[in-house]
Amino acid sequence: MILVYSELKDGKIRKPSLEALSEARRLADASGKTVGALFVGADLAGVEEAAAYGADTIVKIEGASLAAYSSDAFAAAIADTVKAKGATVLLAAATSTGKDVAPRVAARLDAGYAADVTGLCMAGGKLQAVRPVYAGKANATVDFTSAIQVATTRPNVFAVTANAKAGAVEALPAPADSFKAVVKEILAKVGGKLDLTEADVIVSGGRGMGSGENFKLLEDLAEALGGVVGASRAAVDAGWGIPHSQQVGQTGKVVSPTLYIAVGISGAIQHVAGMSTSKVIVAINKDPEAPIFKLASYGIVGDLFTVVPELTAAVKAAKA
Amino acid sequence: MKILVALKQVPDTETKIKVAADGKSLDPADVKWITSPYDEYALEEALRLKESKGAEVVAVAVGDDKAKDVLRNALALGSDQAVLVKAAEAGDPLAVGKALAAYAKDKGFDLLLFGNKGFGSDNGAVGPIVAELLGLGHAGLVTKLELSEGSFRAEREGDAGTEVVEGALPAVITAQRGLNDPRYASLKGIMAAKKKPIEEIEAPAVSASAVVSALALPSARPEGKKVEDAAALVALLRDEAKVL
Repeated sequence: MILVYSELKDGKIRKPSLEALSEARRLADASGKTVGALFVGADLAGVEEAAAYGADTIVKIEGASLAAYSSDAFAAAIADTVKAKGATVLLAAATSTGKDVAPRVAARLDAGYAADVTGLCMAGGKLQAVRPVYAGKANATVDFTSAIQVATTRPNVFAVTANAKAGAVEALPAPADSFKAVVKEILAKVGGKLDLTEADVIVSGGRGMGSGENFKLLEDLAEALGGVVGASRAAVDAGWGIPHSQQVGQTGKVVSPTLYIAVGISGAIQHVAGMSTSKVIVAINKDPEAPIFKLASYGIVGDLFTVVPELTAAVKAAKA
Repeated sequence: MKILVALKQVPDTETKIKVAADGKSLDPADVKWITSPYDEYALEEALRLKESKGAEVVAVAVGDDKAKDVLRNALALGSDQAVLVKAAEAGDPLAVGKALAAYAKDKGFDLLLFGNKGFGSDNGAVGPIVAELLGLGHAGLVTKLELSEGSFRAEREGDAGTEVVEGALPAVITAQRGLNDPRYASLKGIMAAKKKPIEEIEAPAVSASAVVSALALPSARPEGKKVEDAAALVALLRDEAKVL
């Protein structure tokens, strides 16, 4: 079995988890395995959705003690399920929780681990992964030698594919011990807004924006496109009140949206590392020599303060 | 209080990446080696705890002889001890985690600090793996850390916002940018560090569980188009790229 640790949000399976499930189904079909979707939490209404994306089995570990995330308790629950179901591959989406818990599960299972993978296949009965390394400047192929293999999948890379299976729901008991570290509260909750790593469209601003107030231009464009606003490290470091959680790059978030619009961003390696796997890249910069243009699918050389409002208006007109 | 800081030697983040003749490793020619940037936040946090609460800081690196440079730098910055766990670093986080856990076990560390990931390999796995192997709690991607008697409170970057994690000590914490501003070594510190010993121990023999079998440069993105104005761009995004 290929087991996928899946996350729910507001009663729906998170998109990065659906991507991991869809990829697990493809791997299972290619290797004659089954797919299990595993959910851990206090309220697991909505898990049946996993059947539509290829889950033969849906495993629930539900308990009041699991309302708040605990890396050690969740790792124990996931590893126990891998053993109980005899799974040989564990996938999770490379969300903040997935990347936090998966290495612990790997250690518990004495399993090899690869993070943030962008390609997967089965070779000789074992998982083989491709993942970006050196800030996206190279791709490494990872072969596993352990009996169990663990990997996290980079959001927005693997296609979500509907493929209905039985999805028989099974409940396993919640872990009794552990809880050495527990999330007590979530501050500065980003109300309703998508996390950068999950967004399909990102409009990012750099030093060229000149001030935090000017990011309003980007918010308007992002709203017209149904996207979210990101920033380069230079913009975050400039003291314009832009939080680090919005930073795209080597020391911020790694994103792969369908459309990435870089505004007033020169394209330093620090930034490129975080967005070079975006499907379509648009650059708007007044400097025709800016390195970002080498990466861009489409580039406009011009004054962002003119181009961005025009673009917002044109997008609204096109969508109307 | 006794604090372990795990350090990794990595290629400078501006390094031009070339693949070695074996087709699976980095060509080391012209590579400048530095302490992984996230590890600098971990070391700085340890040094600040040493100054504010009193602590013994032990810097540990897993690697070959060239990793001694990051240990020497840690001594120059104020670490009390430096330990090199000798092992060939083959990009397997579980093997590195086992080497560090084997060293740290039963040594009475109250806090184990890591960078949230090693630049280059970017697995972000060794800290959580060591926590699991030692049976400790952990908080990853930490931007604020407070210690009390026997417990910690950490703020970490979660997908839904800043998560506040609380747990018991000993614990593993992995540092994210924003935790602090790392200091530079003083000339006096650098001179003194030259005389301090670096303890060398052998890593336990463990077989790799995941190995890099090929390293390749990504295919170049297709040549982009220069577009005149916003209207032309929207038309291309809609009709050619089909993303609108």
